[in-house]
Amino acid sequence: MQKTLTRADIADALNREMGFSHADSFKMIENVFGEVIAALQRGETVKISKFASFIPHAKKQRMGRNPKTGEAHAIEPRRVVSFRPSQHLRKGLK
Amino acid sequence: MIKSELIDKIAAANNLAATDADRVISTIFDEILKTLKQGGRVELRGFGIFSVRTRRARMGRNPKTGAPVAVEAKKVPFFKAGKTMTDVLNKKPGAA
Repeated sequence: MQKTLTRADIADALNREMGFSHADSFKMIENVFGEVIAALQRGETVKISKFASFIPHAKKQRMGRNPKTGEAHAIEPRRVVSFRPSQHLRKGLK
Repeated sequence: MIKSELIDKIAAANNLAATDADRVISTIFDEILKTLKQGGRVELRGFGIFSVRTRRARMGRNPKTGAPVAVEAKKVPFFKAGKTMTDVLNKKPGAA
């Protein structure tokens, strides 16, 4: 089982590819993902070509049920993000 | 927001040339892409988790003719939004 990729591994890649210090690499990684979240928050779809799109969706209130007790209760309106991988990403997995 | 708009933002915030900001962003997403293609998992606390899930083989149908067709098992990339992302989108107090 291979190791999970984390921010530290991405920072290593930035250091290797571009020579940025680890501190600067971490700052830029935060910056990139922060901008993606900020755009989603504004309701914008974020499209990274050759990778994927992140699409924000607003869900309406609906009635749900506590599966354990069977009690009915409202699920409040909420916003979720759907992930749409590009053909490039889908194909590589086969 | 598309990749070029993200590049402009990262270039401005970090005092980088657009070509360098492009390389930073491409490197980040390429690392994620490479890991997923090897069947690995990517965990970015606050943002979310990328993983690969297996879809079983199933019988599908040609929607035009109604003829049954076998759909082979396949692997699909999957993303689960992290807590910070979900909280920011839902305006929870304390979200970054």
